[in-house]
Amino acid sequence: MAEEAMFDFIHMEAVSYVFQGGEKLAEDEAVSKLEHMGFATGYRLVERLTRESGRYKDELDIMKYICKDLWVTVYKKQIDNLRTNHQGVYVLHDNRFRFLSHMATGKQYLQYAPRYLAFTCGLVRGCLANLGVTCVVTAEVTQLPACKFQIQVQRG
Amino acid sequence: MAVCVSVIGKENSPLYIWVGNGKEELHLHYLAHTALDVIQEKVSAVNKTPGDTRELYLGLLYASEEYKVFGYTTNTRIKFVIITDAANTTLRDNEIRMMFRRLHNMYTNVVCNPFYVPGEQITSREFDKGVGALVAGN
Repeated sequence: MAEEAMFDFIHMEAVSYVFQGGEKLAEDEAVSKLEHMGFATGYRLVERLTRESGRYKDELDIMKYICKDLWVTVYKKQIDNLRTNHQGVYVLHDNRFRFLSHMATGKQYLQYAPRYLAFTCGLVRGCLANLGVTCVVTAEVTQLPACKFQIQVQRG
Repeated sequence: MAVCVSVIGKENSPLYIWVGNGKEELHLHYLAHTALDVIQEKVSAVNKTPGDTRELYLGLLYASEEYKVFGYTTNTRIKFVIITDAANTTLRDNEIRMMFRRLHNMYTNVVCNPFYVPGEQITSREFDKGVGALVAGN
């Protein structure tokens, strides 16, 4: 329990540091900075987490790993729904995303929500990059605390 | 026991190669790198036949008169190759497997070091020491 709270707090601090602290960054610069932090974390984390598991068969296998094992390790719950068009687009639905679950559910904070998703986008991208899948990850929130992550795999 | 331990990156660039004292270094480098073809073959063969074991340890890749070459590949496409003397028959498959697991653990620790840039050569002293202990068999 304690280490879960630590992770929440350090993430909150990272977000508030990037957006309000030290250097005054433009919104998109700050988001990309957070995304980069996530990437570096994911890249290293996955090296450790996949140590015990067998080799993944294909891309879908890797996505299932992200939805189940990775999400459970990092966010203590599984992704609620994974959809794909089998052409390199995967959509991950989380009905109660950890970083958004502390916020009021009204419309008031909706505009700030993307700030709390940037790190996770990077995390997923970093994990996939290390597992050999090059992709772009974007996030979307329409109703707090649910959100969805869209993974677009780059081929060729 | 082992005469050569090597770590090879995603795009087949050498990250770390250790060669035992008094061995023909160039020849062992060559062996380690020719093993990559066999690894690739094994990995892609597994993908085609479902239900096959998908273990990270790939077993004996090939044996020549002098040496035996063993391979292991991580989920992140890092390859480990260990070469042993063919004359050494006391070494069991299980021991080789354990060596690879330890090597994998050590590699993970290197990657999780914030000062290491992924994809660069491994210069960590801790890793050197670990490999030393690994090949000494303790």
